[in-house]
Amino acid sequence: MRLLPSQTPVVLIDAEGEARPHDTYTLAHDDELLDAYAGLVAARRLNDQASVLVRQGRLAVYPSSHGQEACQVAAARVLTDEDWLFPTYRDTAAIVARGVDPVEALTLLRGDWHCGYDPYAHRVAPQATPLATQLPHAVGVALAARMRGESTVVLALCGDGATSEGDFHEALNFAAVLQAPVVFFVQNNQYAISVPLARQSAAPTLAHKGIGYGVPGEQVDGNDVAALLAVLGAAVQRARSGEGPQLVEALTYRVAPHTNADDAARYRADDEVKAWLARDPITRLESYLTRRDALTPERKQAIAEEADRLAEAMREGLSRDEPADPADLFAHVYASPTPQLTEQARMVADELEREAEV
Amino acid sequence: MMATREKLTMAQALNRALRDAMAEDETVVVFGEDVGHLGGVFRVTDGLTAEFGEQRCFDTPLAESAIVGVAVGMAMNGMRPVVEMQFDAFAYPAFEQVASHVAKMRNRTRGRVALPMVIRIPYGGGIGGVEHHSDSSEAYFAHTPGLHVVTPSTVADAYGLLRAAIASPDPVVFFEPKKLYWAKEEVDVTQAVPPIGTAVVRRTGTDATLIAYGPAVPVALDAAAVAAQEGRSLAVVDVRTLVPFDDETVCQAVRATGRAVVVAEASGFASVAAEIAARITERCFHSLAAPVRRVTGLDIPYPPPKYEGFHLPTVDRILDAVDDLQWEDG
Repeated sequence: MRLLPSQTPVVLIDAEGEARPHDTYTLAHDDELLDAYAGLVAARRLNDQASVLVRQGRLAVYPSSHGQEACQVAAARVLTDEDWLFPTYRDTAAIVARGVDPVEALTLLRGDWHCGYDPYAHRVAPQATPLATQLPHAVGVALAARMRGESTVVLALCGDGATSEGDFHEALNFAAVLQAPVVFFVQNNQYAISVPLARQSAAPTLAHKGIGYGVPGEQVDGNDVAALLAVLGAAVQRARSGEGPQLVEALTYRVAPHTNADDAARYRADDEVKAWLARDPITRLESYLTRRDALTPERKQAIAEEADRLAEAMREGLSRDEPADPADLFAHVYASPTPQLTEQARMVADELEREAEV
Repeated sequence: MMATREKLTMAQALNRALRDAMAEDETVVVFGEDVGHLGGVFRVTDGLTAEFGEQRCFDTPLAESAIVGVAVGMAMNGMRPVVEMQFDAFAYPAFEQVASHVAKMRNRTRGRVALPMVIRIPYGGGIGGVEHHSDSSEAYFAHTPGLHVVTPSTVADAYGLLRAAIASPDPVVFFEPKKLYWAKEEVDVTQAVPPIGTAVVRRTGTDATLIAYGPAVPVALDAAAVAAQEGRSLAVVDVRTLVPFDDETVCQAVRATGRAVVVAEASGFASVAAEIAARITERCFHSLAAPVRRVTGLDIPYPPPKYEGFHLPTVDRILDAVDDLQWEDG
């Protein structure tokens, strides 16, 4: 079994939109790539609309995946309905690509509740904010499914910074020893807030980290959705057939700041950002598909309009303001509230009643 | 079912509880360090792998955070995991998983994702353990909303409370007093299990009430026996469930005597004992003839075995505290 990643990241469509033949992985058909293109356009629209909503005060914060949309879309598209996705706070676009309502997905970042969607409805775990802590959960979900003889695969997302966390190592090791069907997908966007990759790891690549656990690693161009679909798809297939976990590192770039509260100018140069903009995931796929006459102007227009409708639904959904009911605070701490919580709920209700009387 | 009384140690009763739960419900799985073929360092999981197979009871890598984190995922996906942290102090690496996920999952998801899981933690001192093997870490967990925290002091409760913990729809941190693992008692495990959240009066008395939990309960009972010889009648309440706390039973027992001493092994500052004392004062102030006293471990890192006799609550220290309860004014 080959554990180390290939010498260079897997690329199937390069930054100029040219197809690049590969020994192991094959390029998807135009129809599948057209669907992926529509996904990328929608994800970009979601990122940009959410950032605008932050500026308008309708979202508290938004960690954008602008520039990482190929990873987001591919992560959702390689999974079937029986699979699970374990996202982080930066993976709202992947969650929506998996089918979750964008307004429900943004509940967390609006501050209306923590997780706004039903994790069982689309098999999407709550977004994890503490780094790498969701990775052992992914292993547990996968093991439980396997115990019941189900063919579920779990795809767990994390970033480059999270690979320094203990739970990253514990989860990979655990998954390998117990042969859990999990694909660990690292979006290496080069920065953990302000700290660059060089301060995070001295490994040749993050995909190399798999060898320490007996987990095969693969490195892929994270702005090439075709390569991502091929590599992640093969990893999911491998896990499903019982061959155990895999680690995939995607090389991409966080074009936007960490969040709206961040000032990226303090730690990186504009030229660096510009160089990555030239490798944009949408532009390259667009030129590839246009050149092949698969993406017609009409189709492009229709895809853009669909993305506009998504943005409109976000604006409308997030402009509605439901009042906070303090009873919610006590309803979901335990299956049934403790006597102490019942007492505190009564105290808060009394306070509100007295306020209303004034 | 026929009532059957038999003599079991607490470790054997816990083992029986796991076995019975696994036999009854195939979603109950047990895993952790050395819990498989060895049967756990305290033999609480003895024979489970042989009886139920490696799928249901298995050894894991030495990774407490992942053990708890994997249990979270399993509980999310239809299982009822029961995991063992080998020793109190070895559970600390898992604390982020406990505080950020185990305790919060139901709440973060508005009740959509429940985590029916049990984290078993052997805890406490008095067994001559070298460092990092004798901590009383219950306050960290009791302070974290979303967890139930349980600790038995009798063999019968060890069985019953562990069955109740495994059946609970909420995550339970189950503290097993190491010092009592080998305590033997004649029990009938077919008896009804005590519900989580109920304290019990172990000894009735009229002069003062001792409130204790886990390994401190037998010490409190010993103190009450000595006090009785000296002509003083002490009640003893076994808290059993730290969260949710049974204010009613505790306060009723305190009001009946008007004097209270809280006994616990853990260091006293910002402790469960401190919380109990505060709750009694808030609720029973007008029934109290004296301030509530605490007899706890000292506010020191757990000492080496040679010194632990100075640290742990003793009968004498409890009786001294009782003597201090302003009898002359009463």
